[in-house]
Amino acid sequence: MPIKSYKEAINEAIAQEMKRDENVILIGEDVAGGAGTNGEQDAWGGVMGVTKGLLSQFGRERIIDTPITETAILGMASGAALTGLRPIAELMFVDFMGVCFDQILNQTAKFRYMFGGKAITPLTIRTMYGGGVRAASQHSQCLYPIFTHVPGIKVVIPSGPYDAKGLLIKSIRDNDPVIFLEHKAMYDLTEDVPDESYVIPFGEANFTREGKDITLIGMGKTVSLCNNAADLLKKDGVHATVLDLRTLSPLDEDSILESAEETGRIIIVDESSPRCNIATDISALICDKSFSYLKAPIKMISPPHTPVPFSPFLEDIYMPDEQAIISTAKKILN
Amino acid sequence: MQLNREDLLKAYKGMSLIREFDEAVHEEFATGSLPGFVHLYVGEEASAMGVCMNLDDIDTIASNHRGHGHCIAKGCDTTTMMKELYGKKDGICGGKGGSMHIADLSKGMLGANGIVGGGTPLICGAALTYKTKKMPNVSVGFFGDGASNQGSIAESMNMASVLNLPAVFVCEDNGFAESTGSSYGVAGNLVERGNAFGLRTAKVDGTDFFAVYETAKEIIDGSRNGEGPALIHVETNRVYGHFEGDAITYRTDEETEDIKMNKDPLKIFKAKVTEAGLLEASQLEEIDKESNKKIKQAIIESKEADFPKEADLLTDVYINY
Repeated sequence: MPIKSYKEAINEAIAQEMKRDENVILIGEDVAGGAGTNGEQDAWGGVMGVTKGLLSQFGRERIIDTPITETAILGMASGAALTGLRPIAELMFVDFMGVCFDQILNQTAKFRYMFGGKAITPLTIRTMYGGGVRAASQHSQCLYPIFTHVPGIKVVIPSGPYDAKGLLIKSIRDNDPVIFLEHKAMYDLTEDVPDESYVIPFGEANFTREGKDITLIGMGKTVSLCNNAADLLKKDGVHATVLDLRTLSPLDEDSILESAEETGRIIIVDESSPRCNIATDISALICDKSFSYLKAPIKMISPPHTPVPFSPFLEDIYMPDEQAIISTAKKILN
Repeated sequence: MQLNREDLLKAYKGMSLIREFDEAVHEEFATGSLPGFVHLYVGEEASAMGVCMNLDDIDTIASNHRGHGHCIAKGCDTTTMMKELYGKKDGICGGKGGSMHIADLSKGMLGANGIVGGGTPLICGAALTYKTKKMPNVSVGFFGDGASNQGSIAESMNMASVLNLPAVFVCEDNGFAESTGSSYGVAGNLVERGNAFGLRTAKVDGTDFFAVYETAKEIIDGSRNGEGPALIHVETNRVYGHFEGDAITYRTDEETEDIKMNKDPLKIFKAKVTEAGLLEASQLEEIDKESNKKIKQAIIESKEADFPKEADLLTDVYINY
């Protein structure tokens, strides 16, 4: 099977869906780049080069570079989705939702319900999240708990290239608005990714490690932390299950509870700020539904409740890591 | 005048129905029988009808919180609209939307909107659909002088101009953003804002249906024919307050009286067509009676209609936890 990067997997998913369905278009800032310039067309292919090469395949009619105007991007994409297109809109950094959240929160998310089921909004919002790359407070946030809080939006957070392709294809074909979160530190991560098109369903978490002693729950980039921690714990004779949530909304409650009841020990690793995040939500779920199976308190590993710091020294302390998972696991196992 | 007799009757029927609908809502709200927030369009009817008479069912509009008139002008059914205001199951949105969220995509009505300036960006999307699919259609966004100061409007006008979209921005300037005068809140002037983005622009007297219709026709035909986006600044008046229950203390009684007496689009229309001998006064009175009867019946049916079932709470959204 061919080896592809996270970035290549996303690009391939978009290209395959655009070939399959002429209603799929890509809208965003610099998604090709070079519009209105004398230099190279497709100059960037997105700020991280994720969509590079799509312009030559699909042209400027379908790869639409916009001004820096997030409200109009999201509003236009929503209106296009309401009237028959199947747009992919790129919100360059998830932090920028601060300038356009009305179009997500009050418009797109609500149409289907508010209009009595008579409207669909097949819109995929691709956006980049996460810290660890010295991008400082306004370009490093996760923010996915905020989207997860809003009924009507699906929240997708792939942990690697294989999942990114299958989940993005599913997102584009879905008739509800989807926020698709790409961790900016994962774009060059590689693994086997089939050339053919495939779909990974929503609401089905993935067990990436199986073990009876403890369950590590991750999402997006924290899944690799959990996998690494599980592999290291194994050397000490501790067998960990790792559960990759894949989608935060819908949430695969059954798999979470099944694993919680089997191991009775849970660590949830969530890169987002610690209050009202995915870890607290899952912790509440397990306490509510499977409390009697617990052999130890549920542990949540998240950054401190601060903005993401710039200084490399501080950011390294801020970010959750394998060592935190391992030491926490050992504490609750004893 | 380009309108034939049939068109004139259609125009008046629409305006009369809007008037009767919102006058009835005004009365019902005062009795306490109507739930929710309602914002009435009485006094502004010529704007919605003058614009929407130039649109077909495939063309789309996005509206705002003062949306009943736009909905009716675009062809939404007044009985299911009224049921929606009462929160009933057979309402146009199943009772889940209410006054501020009436939508009917089969009529090209993309929704009233509870967020000031929130709906207008959607017309860029509908217009992008037409451009992408090479359809000869236009999308129109109605917003007020208050919304004109939201960044969403400026961003939408810029986007529409950059992508040369068939999008028409209609600013209905009724003089008040809630209780704040537009002379206070709108810096510069609206037409110049449109000009600055490279839009074709026009300013029109919103009390005169014919002025609105003809201006909108030229503007909308242009957008249909590839001339890109445009802005129409409609100067209009609202008879009632920002919302029902508003005591309108920011306006003098004399101003309100002047609006009712001298700036009523229905009266002005009647005078024009009867003086020109195009329609008889009795025909127009008959239309008013029919509208009144239709809306009265809608209210009776709405009051009698069933609320949604408990199970309806959890439908039309993709998942329930």
